[in-house]
Order: sequence, then structure tokens, then C-alpha cells
Amino acid sequence: MKHKLAVTVENTPGVLSRVSGLFSRRGYNIDSLVVSDTEDPTVSRMTIVVRGDEVTIEQVTKQLHKLIDVIKVNDITHEDIVERQLLMIRVSCDHETRGEIKTLMDIFHARIIDVGRRSMIIEATGDDDKIDAIIKTLRPFGVQEIVKTGVSALVRSPKEK
Amino acid sequence: MNGAEILVQALLNEGVTDVFGYPGGALLEIFDALADSPINNILVRQEQGAVHEASGYARAKNTVGVCIATSGPGATNMVTGIATAQIDSIPVVAITGNVAKHLIGTDAFQEIDITGISTPITKHNVLVKNAEDLPQIIAEAFYIAKSGRPGPVLIDIPRDVSQQKVEAFEPWRQVDIRSYKPTIYGHAGMIKRAAKKIIEAERLVIIAGGGVNTSGAGEDVLALAKAKNCPIVCTMMGLGSVPSSEPHVVGMLGTYGNQEANTLVRQADVILAIGTRFDDRIINAPNLFAPNSFIIHVDVDPAEIGKNIQPDIPIVGDAKHVMAQLAEAVQRNDEKMVGCGYLEKPHLPVVPDRIVPKVLDALSKLVDPEKSFYTTDVGQHQVWAANYLKCERPHQFISSCGLGTMGYGVPAAVGAQVACPDSTVVVITGDGSFQMGMYELGTIMEQDLPVKILLFNNHTLGMVRQLQYHYVGKRYSNVKFGCAIDFSKIFEAYGFNTYRINSEDEIEDALKAALADPKCALIECVVPMEDNCSPITLAGANIDDMVEC
Repeated sequence: MKHKLAVTVENTPGVLSRVSGLFSRRGYNIDSLVVSDTEDPTVSRMTIVVRGDEVTIEQVTKQLHKLIDVIKVNDITHEDIVERQLLMIRVSCDHETRGEIKTLMDIFHARIIDVGRRSMIIEATGDDDKIDAIIKTLRPFGVQEIVKTGVSALVRSPKEK
Repeated sequence: MNGAEILVQALLNEGVTDVFGYPGGALLEIFDALADSPINNILVRQEQGAVHEASGYARAKNTVGVCIATSGPGATNMVTGIATAQIDSIPVVAITGNVAKHLIGTDAFQEIDITGISTPITKHNVLVKNAEDLPQIIAEAFYIAKSGRPGPVLIDIPRDVSQQKVEAFEPWRQVDIRSYKPTIYGHAGMIKRAAKKIIEAERLVIIAGGGVNTSGAGEDVLALAKAKNCPIVCTMMGLGSVPSSEPHVVGMLGTYGNQEANTLVRQADVILAIGTRFDDRIINAPNLFAPNSFIIHVDVDPAEIGKNIQPDIPIVGDAKHVMAQLAEAVQRNDEKMVGCGYLEKPHLPVVPDRIVPKVLDALSKLVDPEKSFYTTDVGQHQVWAANYLKCERPHQFISSCGLGTMGYGVPAAVGAQVACPDSTVVVITGDGSFQMGMYELGTIMEQDLPVKILLFNNHTLGMVRQLQYHYVGKRYSNVKFGCAIDFSKIFEAYGFNTYRINSEDEIEDALKAALADPKCALIECVVPMEDNCSPITLAGANIDDMVEC
């Protein structure tokens, strides 16, 4: 099963290689790892999507905690979260299909950000399901290139009672 | 002041009196600063030796060991030593020099990415960018190395940082690392549940691991065993944490342990495992290890709990504190305590009729248990030593248990002897391992260390030969040395005597003479190649299903 881990780390050089090295060293399967700085310049935040059963994920969490530069590890898989990733996809097109693609992409609120004679680039943000649906929709037209940023996630704000 | 002088001040501030190092181009300022300081540098012969020495020193003195190596090959030579310290949780601070910052990443002469290389084998490491950060970095390194689950910390110092001018040394008073807060005390609820199980157990077995040695929880563990009249078995790392002369202490469990210890574990209704990783030499076959036992696992490292064996009660905390908590919780319900009657049971005889265990048994009787250390290399002699030496004090037995590093014994003994000059330090080694560590004889000679080297010579790589005996149909490949080395000539070159044990009746005289020798000495004991470690548990078997061989 896929798990999403929200990991806050010290914003120090080498912290990314410590974390990624841990995953390869212990043979954990990583789907995506996103890292960026945060509201606090001394802290970076990673969103890691990792596959494994409960026992494996518990080990991943504990091993991450053992790294001195790791401040906090939260498994947010079962929490109420908002998650997004950015997709850019280059799809084949010609004067006949261009309009159809545009119409289809409007359904997803995806945007065309570059147009060439034989292809165009579409940009979309969303959760995993939406991104997968867009790719599936575009596949019959001929997908040339895909780039995704990987998932970033935040736990939703608590609602007023 | 320059960065190197700041480093030395920071080391002094941590109470460092001895370091093990080898100079080099990237260390010119650091060794210059050391020369003017009260810190004693033991000049080693190879950097791997420096780490093993720091490790032996740390274990014998229950402190942090410090070693220093130059950039490039000096740093990479340390790698095996650092990995050895990491898996055995030994507090070591390894300092490496590096090329100046502007040369890092350029493949300059003797440049290596040692922080990158050592990341998976250190508890933590730091590349120092600014000499002003050194007081904080050193203070944190010592704190990280010795607290929680101890381990090695590497500090890489570029040449220009050593040279950098700094106003003055400001000691870093308060170490407070927000991302590193080891759990010391066990969870109260878990303690309560564990105490109930311990009280009710009819066949309780305590497994004492390295954590009992490290935290000094031996007395508390023994007190519980006596109150319960239950046995204690030790992992190799746990030897000496409880005195082996105590009748409740049954020696080592596992693949190379003893039959009684393994049978006890297999028959236990409750296992209290303290400070152990449940590694594969302990459990042999994970799916067969104590499937019907209720397991209480105490460890300071949360990641060890549930890694190899899923416990019924996990307790994260320092063994000493957790044992105190458990003792208190057990005492509250003292009257309900079920005795295990261990001492009333018949026990198996020990010391088989083979030369190696007989020598080790004799050695144990000749040395003062309060003032002696044994270090070992890796192989059959190590297994014999773990089973037949009498270890009475924490860290009296110093061995590379987790990584199994041949060549550990001699340098570890140097470290132990420097740490405790008045103690008798005996290296138990074999002809294979000794040749991986004998480079340190020069250090022993220069430092005038009376280390005794007990070499069991069977002219073969005995443990690998034994594995070939068991697992590849006795087809012996590359285990027999095709030459007979006169080891006494090597010792003679350093000015040391050799004492020989050719037969059983020479054991006592040879050992006595060597122990009385004021200098380092070799005791060479010739061993038949066919004398395998026995009994052992074969791969995939229950730990109590041991075979004679």
C-alpha cells in the first residue's frame, strides 16, 4: 500500500542524500520524494510516497527518525489531507485534434502552456487520481513526454465547531 | 587562534586525554596544535587501527574514543573501523582532515567525499565549513556519540578551516538538538504490563544484550534473575554485563552459543530481551525463534523493536532506567511472584576435551577478573572465547560482534591497554585474523604496551573451513595457508618473546610465563585443523537444534 509521509528536516546540506540513501540502503520502495524550504528557513519539508505493508512503513518511520537531521515524521496517509502534484505532458496533435484536446482538458481545468505544429504541452495540478485520469485521456492522441513533480500534501485545517 | 587550535580546545573541553591518529597533509595544523596540547596522540600504523583502538579504548574506559586520519586514503582506511563501531554501538568520534573547501569536488590530491561514504555507517557526520562552528559541532558530536544508542560520529575538517583565524575559543555549554531527543525512560503502561508478565512467568528467560553492558544495567538484571530464580543468557555483545561466575548466568545463546542457553530460550514462556537487536546469530531462523513465547523487548533504539522479532510488549528506553522501573513495578506485587526454580534444575557440564577451550579456561583462572580485558578477532577462536572465557565485568569482553571484522583484536587491545594501563589485556586471535591486525605491533612496541597475544594457530581460516565443511560438502577452497609462518620471528623483530603451547601439559606454564613477561608477548598454541567449533546450530534450524561437529 502507498503511504504518504510528511517529514520535517533540518535545512542542512546533505540532508536529502541522507534520506534518499536510507531508502536505497534498506531496500524501501520510494514512489516520490518532494523537498522544499518552508516558512522557517532552518527547516525543510519532504513529502515522501513509499510503498509497503504496515511493518515496513513502521520501520521506514523509525529509521527516518534515527537520522539526526530529521525533526519529525508523520504518516498522513489516513489523515484528512489535501494533496497536489504538477503534471506537464507533451501530447501529439495536429490541426484536427487540437480542438478536441482543448475541450477535454477544460473538463480537468488543465491549461495548454505551449503549442507547436505537431505537439503541445499541457499543465495540470491535482491529486493522483486526477493526474492519472488526464494521462489516460490523452494517451490515444500520443503522449510524447511526461514530467511530474511528485506529491506534496498538507493536513486540512481543523473545522470550526 | 586557528581552527585546529579551536578543535583541540573543544576536545579538551570534552575531557579527551588520548587520541589515536595518523598525520597527513590535510592535518598539518591539527597535529601542530596537538603537539602543544596535553592530549596524548598514539601514533598508529594504519588508520583502520586508529578506529579500532578508539573503539577498544571507549569500551574499556566506558567513554568516547577519538581517532584522527588525514583526507583521502586516510579517511577511507577508517571506513571498516567506523562500520565496526556502528553495528556494535560504540561511541567513537572520528576526525578526518580534508582538502581546502575550494578544492572539494575537484578530485584534488587525496580528496574523498568521506561524509558521503560514511553516511550509512555513522550515527551522524558533519562537514565543517566554518571554524567558528567547531565548539558546537564537537560538543554535539560527543553528545550524539555517547547518548541514546551510542555510535560513531565523523567530523570532516577541510584544511582551510583548520587554518582559519578565530578570535577565541568559546566553549559550547548547552547541547540541545531539537531533532535528537533519545527516550530514556520506559512507557509507564508498558512497564506495568511487563511487570505483571514477569511476575506470572513460570519459565522466564532474560536475554542480556550489549545494551546491558553499555548502560551498566547488569546488577539490576541479575537482581531480577535472583528474585525470580530464572536464567540469564547473553548475546556476544552482552557477555560480562552479568558475571559469568553467577549460577543464574548460562552463557551465550544463538547459532554459536551453548545448548543449555538455547534450550532454555526455546522452552521459555516469557522472554525478557534487554538491549539486543535479535540479530540473525541470535535467532538463527526468525520464523522458528520462540514462536510460543511471550516476548518483552527493551531497547533504547525504537527502530530495533519489531525489526527482526515482533515483541508482545515493546519498551523503548535505556536498559538501566527501564530495569529500575521494572524492579519497582515488580516489587509492588512481590507476594504474587512465581519462582522459576532454575537453580534446582540439573545443568550440563562444560569445557569440552579440546585444546582451545582448555587454554581459555586456564587463562580465565590465571588473570584477575577485576583487572583484565579480553579482545578477540573473528573466527573459531572468537566463538570459543565467547563460550569459555569467564567474563565478570561489563566490557571485559571486547570483540567485533556485529560486523565480524578480522583484524579487530590487536588494535582493540591497544586501545584497552592505553585506557587501562594497569590491566592485563589479552588478545585472543587466530593465524588468519592476526595477519590482518599485526601491523599494530609497531604501535605496541613504541607505546611499550604489555598486551598479550594468544594466537591459536591451525594453519587455516578455520571458520570459513568449518562453513565449507557444513555447507559445501567439505570441499575446502582457499582456506589453507600454503606456507608455515614463524610468527615468533615477527615478534622477535619488535623485541617481544614467544611462549608456546604444544600440548595440554604446557598450558599453565606457558600462560603464566607470558603473563609475567613485562612486555608484549606471543603465546602460540598449535590447534588441529579439524577442531571445529562445537556444537553449532545450522542455517534454518531451531536454535536449540544444535549439532556436534
